[in-house]
Amino acid sequence: MLKVHVQHQLGDFQLDATFEAGPGVTALFGRSGTGKTTLVNAVAGLLTPRTGHITLNGKTLLDTQAGLNVPAHQRQMGYVFQDGRLFPHLTVVQNLNFGSRYANVPLPQKDQDQLVELLGIRDLLARRPAALSGGEKQRVALGRALFAAPKVLLMDEPLAALDVPRKEEILPYLEQLRDAPGEPVPILYVSHAVDEIARLADDIVLLKDGQIASSGNAFEVLSDPAVVPLLGVREAGALINARVVDHAKDGLSTLKTSAGSLELPGVRAEIGEGIRLRVLAQDVILSRARPEGLSSVNILPVSVISIRSGDGPGAAIALQSGADRLLARITLRAVEELDLQPGTACYAIIKATTVARGSIGRGIGQS
Amino acid sequence: MTLSGAEWVALMLSLRVATTATACALPMALWVAWILARKSFWGKGLLNAAVHLPLVLPPVVTGYLLLIGFGRNGPLGQILDDWFGITFAFRWTGAALAAGIMGFPLMVRAIRLAIEAVDPKLEEAAATLGASRSSVFLRVTLPLIVPGVLAGAIMGFAKAIGEFGATITFVANIPGQTQTLPSAIYAFLQVPGEENAAFRLVVLALVVALGAVIVSEWLARRVARRIAGRDA
Repeated sequence: MLKVHVQHQLGDFQLDATFEAGPGVTALFGRSGTGKTTLVNAVAGLLTPRTGHITLNGKTLLDTQAGLNVPAHQRQMGYVFQDGRLFPHLTVVQNLNFGSRYANVPLPQKDQDQLVELLGIRDLLARRPAALSGGEKQRVALGRALFAAPKVLLMDEPLAALDVPRKEEILPYLEQLRDAPGEPVPILYVSHAVDEIARLADDIVLLKDGQIASSGNAFEVLSDPAVVPLLGVREAGALINARVVDHAKDGLSTLKTSAGSLELPGVRAEIGEGIRLRVLAQDVILSRARPEGLSSVNILPVSVISIRSGDGPGAAIALQSGADRLLARITLRAVEELDLQPGTACYAIIKATTVARGSIGRGIGQS
Repeated sequence: MTLSGAEWVALMLSLRVATTATACALPMALWVAWILARKSFWGKGLLNAAVHLPLVLPPVVTGYLLLIGFGRNGPLGQILDDWFGITFAFRWTGAALAAGIMGFPLMVRAIRLAIEAVDPKLEEAAATLGASRSSVFLRVTLPLIVPGVLAGAIMGFAKAIGEFGATITFVANIPGQTQTLPSAIYAFLQVPGEENAAFRLVVLALVVALGAVIVSEWLARRVARRIAGRDA
């Protein structure tokens, strides 16, 4: 368990954040300039905040009041930077082994081999960083951090410098890392990309202007109407759990959710496997009566939990859908016309094509 | 081109003086260059100015200051003589001291440029992997600046070979003892009929200096390539 309390002043900018990161992936989300990197650098020991208190598994790493500050090289934290930062004068295998000699308990050879295999970098071992593509560099950087057997893995926008195909090259490794058997390394994952977070995060910490705006379980945070303005109306969307029931020949897969079945294209999971779906709020349509004669077949019975209106003409509606929560964004006028109140039963229509391929991630069963 | 005994002695002495001067000044130059490149502290400008002083002062002045400080009756000279048995005055060691001090700013400049070209973010990354500050320097910074260090050493060496003004002021021009290549050329030019001997030494000095500049340029280019990661 990583416990962080940091206060820091950077020019006019005031960072004041307190959060905890437990097992699994904790995503630190915020727009550019909200202090994410400052916060992570403080955790890593690369920056000393004005005041702060950081503990890792009960061991104090920083206590500005007591004048205690464990230097970065003794914190046992792996750090994957946005720009890779591989050592240009060393080969890939030398980069991987750079931190091994400093680890209290070095990563066993078996785990090293497994990691090289998992990251698909066996053929690159003799190369130098200059001869690697962007995606390969990030995979090596990830391996290098893990070879040092860290107690926590910090990742600062590790995919931001990559194009979409390269991201798709790395995300599955991160998911495998998260879902690895045994005791996987807790990950603090910094990003401003909602789709990455929706796919990876177990917990989310939302930063806004240097303050923590919301934090908690990923499913709960993303289905909270209050976070819609923080994520952006186009990016907001809830996560729901689903299980793959069938893959039809026409490319559509049948998924079972707690409130009913969905038919979606582009699902790459095995039959019987549990996955998490991200349903964008703007892709959910509400109807009081069960719709007939619609082209969409994805209709779930739901009930309204809460309605939150912002400054504009839109409203965010939190919906209970079986054991899951959905988020819908409709106009205030529609709310009035449908006479939606907390508790109102209605139907959520999800267009099959609107569930983005990249957001269909393999989730761990969190229901 | 064959060298006479006296010329040969002067050349060997020059090489010994320059090698000693470079070897002793290099570690200190590395340290000062690192401080100037990576640290900020009160008096940094002053240190920088002091390092560059031998480059801008007339060499005679540097030699005279050395004579005052490190001569037989100089405060530092006495201490070193009493405690360590090191004598500089009118010895080849004095020539090495003068040569080292004159070459020092050139070494610091070359090494500092190389260190500044190393991305501090790489050093941060090494720290997060568990490397202490000295390990970071030895395993990341130093390997990346080796060509810059070599270039600095070669410039310093060439400067030491050619150093004349401070040397002759500090330790005079004693054949076999303090008469380096430039001092020997100067001495030969004072004697009518010895122009040929002087000319041979001039050619020798030219070859050494030119070679040093070419090698140092080549190494400097390698620094850039190495840090960009295109080369081993």
